Amino acid sequence: MGKDDVDVLVHSLLSGDRKALARLITLVENRPQLRREIVRRIHSYTGHAYVVGITGAPGSGKSTLVDKLTGELRARGKTVGIIAIDPTSPFTGGAILGDRIRMQSKSTDEGVFIRSMSTRGSLGGLSRAAHDAISLLDAFGKDFIIVETVGTGQAEVDIVDAAHTSIVVVTPGMGDEIQAIKAGILEIADIFVVNKADLENVDATVMALEMMLDMSDKKDWRPPIIKTIATAGVGIKELLHVIERHRAHICETNEVEKIHYRRSKVRVLDIVRSELMDRLMKELERGGELDDIIKCVVEKKTDPYSAAENIIMKLKELKRV
Amino acid sequence: MEEERKIRVIIAKPGLNGHDRGAKIVARALRDAGMEVIYMGLRNTPEQIVETAIQEDVDVIGLSILSGAHMALVPRVLELLKENGVEDKIVLVGGIIPKVDEEKLKELGVAEIFGPGTPTDKMVEFIRRRVGEKER
Repeated sequence: MGKDDVDVLVHSLLSGDRKALARLITLVENRPQLRREIVRRIHSYTGHAYVVGITGAPGSGKSTLVDKLTGELRARGKTVGIIAIDPTSPFTGGAILGDRIRMQSKSTDEGVFIRSMSTRGSLGGLSRAAHDAISLLDAFGKDFIIVETVGTGQAEVDIVDAAHTSIVVVTPGMGDEIQAIKAGILEIADIFVVNKADLENVDATVMALEMMLDMSDKKDWRPPIIKTIATAGVGIKELLHVIERHRAHICETNEVEKIHYRRSKVRVLDIVRSELMDRLMKELERGGELDDIIKCVVEKKTDPYSAAENIIMKLKELKRV
Repeated sequence: MEEERKIRVIIAKPGLNGHDRGAKIVARALRDAGMEVIYMGLRNTPEQIVETAIQEDVDVIGLSILSGAHMALVPRVLELLKENGVEDKIVLVGGIIPKVDEEKLKELGVAEIFGPGTPTDKMVEFIRRRVGEKER
């Protein structure tokens, strides 16, 4: 697999070949040296898809919501790409990716492309490969791209970087949990979904969210709270309606340009960070210098900050690849 | 850092039987061996399985069948793989398959059949070896 093969695959992708799309996603996941070639070739074809991020606690019904939302989009003639992200086991590096179970009926719909990805230890859950996969689905021509992420911790904040509209899913009876995670979700949610709205305490959950929003200083867009029963398809039309409303809002207020700027910045800096580390490490490991520097810290000949400064000075010796 | 290449596997239960403990145990064992396992759950059609295999770009398709319908379902999966030009996927079958059918399925293109009681590390070893051979 070399640059010529990448050319052929990208050409096939742009002419609508889903096998090429699938293989290119595999390559951006597995082959760092090809990733750059791939993204370089497709970047100018991106920027047309509308990206929706969905996050929430495990078991809150995200996958079912994505399934139903996709059905609604398809009924309106829109094509949909779905990226379902599940955690990688930190111990074995393996993963069980089960989100597709809830989307089975969509797997043979030509207008839908579903890809499961694992976080592969990337900080923040939404790995660099996921950003690249979004670009690939975009270049492929999908109208909507839905990114479903593991709903704990940092990952929730990460989807904002990729999404035009971020949806946070909660379920009734999560009152205390909302309190616990509010610092993170308040800032990122453009829309709240209270799923499983046929359960008890749904109104208490809605009220807890409303109170949270009352304290927020987000002024131009107050995140709507939508009640859904995803398994029965209840509330899905309303959800799509507020997504469209949010879309109109960010377009009118030029927020959409800010989103694109932010996404690009995050991607570039993310690449810089990991490339720098990789190359620096290679440089250090070649001469066994890292070992010497660390030993100096252990033996108190130098301190950790001075040691790090010495390493950073090595940047000047790095060459263009 | 060179990221290592992850082996990707689908575990699916084609047809109508609902007994998926074996499939789940295999899925976990493969995950614990560092693979990415796309678990498709119950009652998949051959069409859904093959389309999922294409979109997920998996190396291996693991089919768990206990219903006795393997001579209808497995050949259909193999046929669809050929039709879509993705017959390079390694197809494994788990479940209760009579010896006479085993031979026929292997002739049609199934890489291996794992009956009840197969140690999971044997499957892991088999998958690693076959995926490795395919890459060379």
